[in-house]
Amino acid sequence: MTATTGIRASSRKAYSDWANRHRKWLFASPAIVLVGLLITIPLVWTIYLSFTNSQGSVRSDHQFIGFDNYAEVFADFDRFWPAVGRTFLFTGGVLLVELILGMAIALLLWRPFRGEKWVRVAILLPLVATPVAVGMMWKLIFDPNIGFANQVLSFLGIPPQPWLSGEFTALPTLMFVDIWQWTPMVVLILLAGLTALSDEPDEAARIDGASAWQRFWYVTLPLLRTTVIVAILLRSIDALKTFDILYATKGKGGGSFNEVETLNVYAYGLSFDYNDYGVASAVLIIFFMLIIGIMWLITFKRKEKVSK
Amino acid sequence: MTSTQEMSSTQAPAATLSSAPQARKRRRRPLSSRAYTWFRATALVLVVLAFVLPLIWMLLSAFKTNVDIYDVSKTLVFTPTIDNFDNVLGRGNYLQFIFNSAWIAFASTALSLLVGVPAAYAMSRFSMQRSAGVVLLARIIPGVSLLVPWYFIFANLRMVGDYSVLILSHMFVALPLIVYIMMSFFDSLPEDLEEQAQVDGLTPIGAFLQITLPLSTPGIATAGILSIIFSWNNFMFALVLSGANTKTLPVAIFNFVSYASIDWGGLMAAAVVVTVPIMVIALFTQKYIVSGLTAGATKG
Repeated sequence: MTATTGIRASSRKAYSDWANRHRKWLFASPAIVLVGLLITIPLVWTIYLSFTNSQGSVRSDHQFIGFDNYAEVFADFDRFWPAVGRTFLFTGGVLLVELILGMAIALLLWRPFRGEKWVRVAILLPLVATPVAVGMMWKLIFDPNIGFANQVLSFLGIPPQPWLSGEFTALPTLMFVDIWQWTPMVVLILLAGLTALSDEPDEAARIDGASAWQRFWYVTLPLLRTTVIVAILLRSIDALKTFDILYATKGKGGGSFNEVETLNVYAYGLSFDYNDYGVASAVLIIFFMLIIGIMWLITFKRKEKVSK
Repeated sequence: MTSTQEMSSTQAPAATLSSAPQARKRRRRPLSSRAYTWFRATALVLVVLAFVLPLIWMLLSAFKTNVDIYDVSKTLVFTPTIDNFDNVLGRGNYLQFIFNSAWIAFASTALSLLVGVPAAYAMSRFSMQRSAGVVLLARIIPGVSLLVPWYFIFANLRMVGDYSVLILSHMFVALPLIVYIMMSFFDSLPEDLEEQAQVDGLTPIGAFLQITLPLSTPGIATAGILSIIFSWNNFMFALVLSGANTKTLPVAIFNFVSYASIDWGGLMAAAVVVTVPIMVIALFTQKYIVSGLTAGATKG
């Protein structure tokens, strides 16, 4: 009896020793394996599909056709290149406005005031709201006939606008929706950065007689640089991949003129509305490279500046 | 670096002059600061209105009949009705969709915490930069590029529409988020207590379970709440991978519009049903949400 419990105890101890010695990989590997499996296999598969003529059903036969899909995509000035343009227009546009507006609101909230808590709650609400529901909400507000937006315009004596249903107004309208929903994110990040700053440089500049704008531009902004870059990084990742509000409000192909079709919407449509998997995969690989390239540029720039 | 140069160049002469402008400023300050207070209050009210008014508009419309929604004169004054909610919750499987969204959000978050918290701990304590990179790569990859192969694999396994597939796909969003937040939490948690516990005879794993984990409750709460919100809000994965009975709320709302003419009241009621629970959670867990969203934002 004592012998078996002894063995059991010692084997448990051996196991525990082993686990403790290898805890680094014991802890980390489930997550790495899971993410690796969920990403690596699909990614390799997508790369493979991009060299085939797979379409119709995922089970049907397909042949290896080399770079034909890529050639087709790069020659496609009908859908692909406009989608690239819209992706950059959308991302660049919302990023610029969200940064400026976000910085202004963050500065407004920086110093304590009465009712601070309620203002912060109000800012948080758009951020947590479900994007599809947000899309529907603005679809009603921007409805050409019954929407609040055109009611306001008619009150101001301005002719009604088509907003989401117009060929040239749909994308700017959706950029506005994105700005409404995600400016709070930029505010929160910048506010966290501002709160972590020490008061001394600002105070010193104030004593030196620097104006509010000078203090912001020459003191606060340079100190806040890493935070601003984090905000740019996080927002550009998400803005490039915006899908929910575009697809929920305009449906397949980004509307009847493809007016809001970005790369993500285009790739989704090719995959699941037209089942053209080969071409879709080629678009996705190009899109993916583009995102990686932009991320690399932003982080590379950051490192370069810090090391200088 | 030009900014610091300019700063130091303005600093040097100003140190000697500082008393004169200050005396002048003291006289002028009350007026300009009162003007600023007014400006700031007005601006803050405008900011709050800009973010809250659209939501109030959605809420009001959800309680209007479709006739009232079309009537400009009944913008604010109308007889509230709960017919829209009756229709939405009564028709089809909306209660089922609410359950689906909640169950998938809860299960994917719980599993991601189970896998992600120890991983984040190891990655933070052993500075496993490359492994962390693999997990964070999941944040960058466009979801569509994974959906086609996933759909292919799960279609062949006849699993499309199963809860397990939806939970797995939502874990793909939840896990990187949790690892990211928990890594920055563990980075800021001092190691002294763990070391002390090991001196007192606990194994490293024992110290993690009995000392570090209880201390990490705020971090875990932050990561868990954000993960539930992101999963609840997710649209694209369920759009492709859900079946008729496993649809989540965002997909159900999207399908609402495909009918010939839009039932605006019903649509807004559906939108309220999906957004209000999240907003109520956000009201009570504001602190956690903010700290999670800004995790790692202030360090280089």
